[in-house]
Order: sequence, then structure tokens, then C-alpha cells
Amino acid sequence: MSEGTLYDKVWERHKVTELPNGQDQLFVGLHLVHEVTSPQAFGMLRERDLDVAYPGRTFATTDHIAPTEADKRERPLADDQAEEMLSALERNVSENGITFFGFESGKQGITHVVAPELGLSQPGMTVACGDSHTATHGAFGSIGVGIGTSQIRDVLATGCIAADKQKVRRVEVEGELGEGVYAKDVILKVIQDLGVDGGVGHVYEYGGPAIEALDMEGRLAVCNMSIEGGARAGYINPDETTYEYLEGREYAPEGEAFEGRKAYWESVASDDDAEYDDVVTVDADGLDPLVTWGINPGQVIEISDPVPGPDDFEARTDREAAEQALDHMEIEPGQSMLGYDVDVAFLGTCTNGRLSDFEEAAKILEDNTVDEDVRALAVPGSETVRQQCEERGIDEVFINAGFQWRRAGCSMCLAMNDDALEGDEVCASSSNRNFVGRQGSKDGRTVLMSPAMVAAAAVEGEVTDARDYLDDGPTGGAGGVEEVAD
Amino acid sequence: MSEDQHITDVAGTGVPIPGDDVDTDQILPAKFMKEVTFDNMADYLFYDARRDDDGEFNDHPLNRFEGASIAVVNSNFGCGSSREHAPQAMMRWGIDGVVGESYAEIFRDNCKSLGIPAVTADHETVTELQAWIEDNPDGDVEIDVEAKTVAYGDTVIDVDVDDAMREALIDGIWDTTALMYSNRSKVDATVDGLPYVEGDD
Repeated sequence: MSEGTLYDKVWERHKVTELPNGQDQLFVGLHLVHEVTSPQAFGMLRERDLDVAYPGRTFATTDHIAPTEADKRERPLADDQAEEMLSALERNVSENGITFFGFESGKQGITHVVAPELGLSQPGMTVACGDSHTATHGAFGSIGVGIGTSQIRDVLATGCIAADKQKVRRVEVEGELGEGVYAKDVILKVIQDLGVDGGVGHVYEYGGPAIEALDMEGRLAVCNMSIEGGARAGYINPDETTYEYLEGREYAPEGEAFEGRKAYWESVASDDDAEYDDVVTVDADGLDPLVTWGINPGQVIEISDPVPGPDDFEARTDREAAEQALDHMEIEPGQSMLGYDVDVAFLGTCTNGRLSDFEEAAKILEDNTVDEDVRALAVPGSETVRQQCEERGIDEVFINAGFQWRRAGCSMCLAMNDDALEGDEVCASSSNRNFVGRQGSKDGRTVLMSPAMVAAAAVEGEVTDARDYLDDGPTGGAGGVEEVAD
Repeated sequence: MSEDQHITDVAGTGVPIPGDDVDTDQILPAKFMKEVTFDNMADYLFYDARRDDDGEFNDHPLNRFEGASIAVVNSNFGCGSSREHAPQAMMRWGIDGVVGESYAEIFRDNCKSLGIPAVTADHETVTELQAWIEDNPDGDVEIDVEAKTVAYGDTVIDVDVDDAMREALIDGIWDTTALMYSNRSKVDATVDGLPYVEGDD
């Protein structure tokens, strides 16, 4: 049993009571709502004639179905189903007094990008959303959990969820990241080491030098993919990086109130002598960029390594999974992922759709152009991110290089709008899931990677080591890449 | 949404859905989530996996075991997205209970919310049951939540059921909204102790 961890402390502060079934009733301090998983929950509330219990702690935006082409955002939306979902959300938030960041607000975007950048997500909170990537908010030192629609109904009606307390695993990430290696690579490495179901029953507390050195946007990327490792929640203890990020944000407290709140934030951080259910160490020193070769995020390798074959795995289930993956990806064991043909480059999502992600990719695109056979989409995670990029001229870099510069939304991460793979296209993607069919085509193939790697893949038309561009400046990289492209 | 419904056992013919890490994108592809109710979800269950390239039904188990009530799955079933659309689709297709090696947590929670028992057994036990169903498509499989057993043919196996799920199903309190709604004054007390909620509501 864990003791003295942030998880224990935040849990205790939010625990209302123990329920007859043995679960705890936990107050949810921040409830984020989007159009896809909430309409049924609002419907259930209406059936029972219940009001939203804490509208002031509930915030909504639209992301999953949001068209990302500017001219397609005019109402009514061309897609009738999308229009119905958006209209339903608008009616639900308006009837219940919930703050809504819609297209007109200038703040619309992916829930897990919007809430952090507005200062809504803060340390010591419980955060829930009908979306499995709610772990993202753990980057502030909060407990963020994804919930199903019936649980959304619970939160709307009572402000609470019924939850089982999990075990706490400390994931100590050692080492220092080199140039061109990012938070995305760290979390892919964690999933490679611990497996896609390694975190089931656990919350991950990420720590250690490689984590502490990350800025908030990097920390958000790490926590975001906790669920891809089976952990429903993942968090990082708050520190000066956290507090500096929060100061001055729209929903963060100001002045004296900020200092007062900071005392609470500091109080919930894990104690030095906190006890964990277990501790694992992940070595990120000298890590190469990682890319997936298969059909789940655990089927991932450092770019310098060959694609494994079924025989490289001990467990029968892993061998079967490898066979399926090789078949779907049309790739052979022993092959390098370098040189794997890419048809689509997709930059964005709740994992990697923030300012620094576009800045890093822009470093590569500044003096290069997208391969003529590649369809390249840059989709800011929020309208705020889009504006930040445009103020800095980053949109011009992307457009000049041959990317389509879009408006905010989930886009091709799960293809609920018009942005989808076709046939067996290969997508170099900064998203979080390479599941079969995830990007809208059942034969589509996804290779997960960092934003810089997406940019490099867009330029070369194949999976490429982005460091070839970053290390040697604008002219050094391309020549070296050809040699390994086999 | 029936309330106060005690679920002590569920039974019917089975359907094996083999494979580890079967994600909710496979169970219910995202393109079918653009509906504001769950009413039609059964039509979309394993939509892509059940069809050939020409759109015709293939030999996917759901096509071969039409009418089944008990799904038998392997490990980390329901991983990925939190979409309740996945178990909703299973329930509306006719699934009343699931036997598996393990489940992703959100999926298991969603099953609990819907009153679908999701019980676990080890790999060997589960694969034996899957093989038995293949040989006995008309044979009954019964999940006894109270006794923590699964019975089929002449075999009775012990299974695990998450405590909270078991209590909730047996006591008929798997609808947590009503339960938690009755604790409103306690919620207020908890909220009073949270510095960040001050003055918000």
C-alpha cells in the first residue's frame, strides 16, 4: 500500500465517503466535457430530471468532430451528424450554465490542450473527462482519469465518481535526453519497457532527472500516454516549473491568492519518504528517437534498432501480436524502420499539438519542403496554440514547406472529422495510438513518433532520423539519410 | 436504464473473441460514434473486423455465433479509448456477461455501469472455454456472480470478480448516480475542505 504519495493525499482530500460496494465516492474538481461522449449523459440527466451539480467546475469544448478546414467550420456543419453533436452540446451547456469554448470563443481546441493552457488544470485536483487521455492533466500533479458516459452522468449529477483506489508505481526515468529526443520518446520508452497493460491497476508517478528536466508541455505529453501503458492515471509532482507555467494564466489564481494556493499545491506533492507499491527505473540516457513498427504503442523501437520478429518475444501472446503487426504493417523482421515509405504526415493531437511541438518541427521545415508524394497536415491542438504559432510566423514555415495549416481539433488522430487515411496509406503521426483502423481506414498504417520525426518524415517521404537535420543544420541531413534508406 | 436490478447470474450461448489487447477502436470504430444516442450501436460492433473488403460478413466469431450472450475474451480486453460505446454495442448486440483473462480498467468500469458482469480466469481456463464454445455453439455458459463460478457442459470453473463489481451487481446498486446523489451533504463538506473550489459554486 502506498503512503504519503501525491496520489494518496489528493485522494484523501477528495474522498467523500466509502460506498456500500467498497468503492470510494470521490469529488471531481474539474470536469471536462466534449461533444462525443456527453450527449447521452445529458440525456440520462434529463430522463431523471436532475440538474448539473457543479456547473462552475465543468468546462466544455468541441474537438473530436471539429472540422479543421476554416471554411468548413461555418454553421450548420456540412456533416449532419457532426452538426447534431455540436448543437446538442451547445444546448446542453447553455441549459446547464456550463462555460463552453466553442469556435467563436477563440479558445476552442482539444480538451487536454485547452484546460492546461487556460490554467484550469492545477496541482492537487481531481480531473475527469469522458476521454481516456485525461491522464494528461496529471502533468500538474493532479489525478486525471478517463471515464465512460455513465460515469459522466455521475459527475454531472453528483460532482463525483465511484472509484477504486489504485496501486502507485514510481517510474523513475534516469539520464539526460540528447538533441532531437523528446518527451514523446520518453513515454514510448516507458511503454516499451513496461508494456501496454503493465500499468493496469496502477497509477504511474513519473519522476527522476529526465522527467524533472522536462518543461510543462513535455510533461503533458508524457502523462497523456499513461493510458497507452495501461495506467488510467499518471502524474508528475508539482515543482517550480509547474508554478511558473501556471502564473498569469486565465483561470489560475492571481497575486496573493496564487501564493496561498501554492501552499496547497506544495502540500500535496509526494513526501520524500513516501512509500510506493513498487518502483521501476527506465534508462533514458542516450535514448534514440522511437517509432512504432506495429499496431499497438508497445510495439515500438529506437530508430537505430531493427524491427523485431515473433521469435524475439517470449510470451505466446506477444508472438501472435507481433505476427499480426508485421502482417498489417507489411514489414519484415530485421528490417529498419528508417526508409519505411510515408504517405501522410500528421502533426497535432492532445499528445503533441502544443506550441513547442510546432516550434521543434518548424526547425526542420524552415529550409526544407515536404516530399511531393506526401500529404502533410499541421493541426494545432487549440485555437490558442494556432494563434501563438501565427504570432511567431510558424504557420508560414509550415505552409511554405508544403504543409496544410489547419484549425484546432482531434483531426486524424481518430478521424471523426474529414481528416482520415485512405486505403493502406502510411501515416507518420505525432498522435498516441497506432491501432488498426484508428486513423479512419481499416487498412491504414500508423507510425507513432515525435513532432520533429514527423517533420523529417514529411520531407523525406519516409521514416527518417530527425537528428540528421537538427545536428548538422539545414544542409547536413538529407545526404546521410539516403544511405540508410533501404 | 433500469435501477435497483440485482444481477446474480447470467447465462446463454457463448462467443469466443480471441486476441490480446483488443482495443475499443476495434470493438466500436470511432466513425460510428457520431450519434447522440447509443441506440444503433449494436449495428457497428466490430464493424471492420466482421467484414471483408467487399463489405460482406466474414467468418468473424460474431457472425458465426449470432444470438450469443456470453463473450469470452483474452487479456487486456477493451484497452485504449474510454468510449462506453464499446460495451454499449456489446450489450445491445446481446452480450450479458464477459469472461476474460483481464480487462482494461475503464472498460471494466463501463461494464459495471451497465450491469454487465466481467469476470476473469487464467489463460488456460479461458482458452479451454473458447475451444469448448467452438465445439458447442449451442451450449449454455453460465456466469454465477454470487458463487464466482462459470459453468459450461460438465465443467464448473472458479473465476474472479472485482469486489466492487460483485457487490454492485448482487446488491443491485450498480447505478451509482442514485447512490452518490444521496450523499450530497457529505460532498459539500468535502468541497469545503478544497481551497481551489472556494467561492465557485
